[in-house]
Amino acid sequence: MSADTGDAQAASGGPIVEITGLHKAFGMLEVLKGIDMRVERGEVVCIIGPSGSGKSTLLRCVNVLEEPNAGSVVVNGYELTDPDVDIDRARRSIGMVFQGFNLFGHLSVLDNLTVAQRKVLKRDATEAERIARENLDKVGLAEKAGSMPEQLSGGQQQRVAIARALSMQPAVMLFDEPTSALDPELVGDVLGVMRQLADEGMTMLVVTHEMQFAREVADKVLFMDGGVIVESGPPSKVIADPAEERTKTFLSRVLNPVHASKTD
Amino acid sequence: MPMSPRKRAQAFRGVQYGILVLAVAAVAFFADWEKFGNAFFNFDAMGTQFPGIITTALVNTIIYTGLGFALGLALGLVLALMKLSSVAPYRWIATVYIEFFRGVPALLVFIALGFGVPLAFQIQFDTYSTAAIALGLVGSGYIAETLRAGIQAVPKGQVEAARSLGMSQSRAMVTVVIPQAFRIILPPLTNELILLTKDSSLIYILGLLDTQYELAKFGREGMNATNSMSPILLAGACYLLITVPLGYLSRYLERRAGRKRDEGLEVTA
Repeated sequence: MSADTGDAQAASGGPIVEITGLHKAFGMLEVLKGIDMRVERGEVVCIIGPSGSGKSTLLRCVNVLEEPNAGSVVVNGYELTDPDVDIDRARRSIGMVFQGFNLFGHLSVLDNLTVAQRKVLKRDATEAERIARENLDKVGLAEKAGSMPEQLSGGQQQRVAIARALSMQPAVMLFDEPTSALDPELVGDVLGVMRQLADEGMTMLVVTHEMQFAREVADKVLFMDGGVIVESGPPSKVIADPAEERTKTFLSRVLNPVHASKTD
Repeated sequence: MPMSPRKRAQAFRGVQYGILVLAVAAVAFFADWEKFGNAFFNFDAMGTQFPGIITTALVNTIIYTGLGFALGLALGLVLALMKLSSVAPYRWIATVYIEFFRGVPALLVFIALGFGVPLAFQIQFDTYSTAAIALGLVGSGYIAETLRAGIQAVPKGQVEAARSLGMSQSRAMVTVVIPQAFRIILPPLTNELILLTKDSSLIYILGLLDTQYELAKFGREGMNATNSMSPILLAGACYLLITVPLGYLSRYLERRAGRKRDEGLEVTA
């Protein structure tokens, strides 16, 4: 047993992410105005909404890259808002994929995948490499192990970033607009990998503008606007048949941008 | 008829070449080459400088500079980290230190360290230590600013990615930030080394034994002994022997770092 993901079982049974009364402000600007939400094990939750609605901030509060001002964030049994909790330890079980990939530019693809395994989880080099190659294979980039990140396309880099997060064997994966920085023709590969992860039962929290992905893959969709969750439910409700006026307006703009801009 | 812009540019280039030719001609005609040659290009006088100018002076210059640079780098790293600290007093101290040692002439630092400190504290360092400390103090201010800029040039997303993988702040610094900052820092750091090489000529103020002479002092002693300017010219050439290769190294590293950045541009967008 490769040690150290053991405490990922700490809270098995309950929701893996539970957020209550979450507030976050940057100076005078209140970005999150009281968020309550939960993610069950194995669930895929997509957060949609206009830019500036606070959806990325919400996601970044889940692994405390942003420090919440009030409320509680419990992930995998760790009360992250409690200053006594070892945040570095808690983050081991929370994988994160960024809009800008953020691969370590000075390390090869393989080293990107092994560095945290070795330095954080203290796995030995052979074990770390085995797990890394497994995950590279999973995202379809086994032959790129020796490449440097700058030699890869954006879509390949993002898939490496996903494999890097998976190599820590996290209990939940966070995706912060993972396809927004990609050329359109590269989006499909990344979404394909994410869909495969979802099929394997990975718990995922995804901030996205890809409505089709949300509709087909999500178990639950949250629509955010102005720092609150306006509407939530299965995609068949929130995307196909929204109840709130704000959701309808947003969806009509996203799903039919040419038409929407004409009627503005 | 007014000239077209391209005609005008062509004419202006012609004027520039003309000025250059006139300047060279003036120097060639009006300088007294014989006197100048006797004073500065007396090869007999130069010959007397060997082998000491290489085995003593060049070696000492490299030692003084190397020691000073090593100390300046260590001190500079501490100062850079202080300047980036979340503890405000550390930032203030680092700022005051950097402003002071960047602003004060290196000669004053040498005098303070060579004569002020021994008087005040009754401690006497040997010449190599004094030289290393003085050069280190002079260099550290510049080096600290270079390192700070380099560390801050590493995109914030790199730290976020490292932290999200469970690395502590210091682990992320050592494993992710500093190696990448180093690539950015190398070219300007090479320039600091060149500046420090030249600053090492101020060590003469400490009063040196002849085995401790560095290039500038050795050259001036040679001037006195041979009654010719030639030894100092030779010493100057020896500085170039150190600094020109360093300059090439700096530009090479700059090109390499620049290429990396260009290729990486879309990634950080």
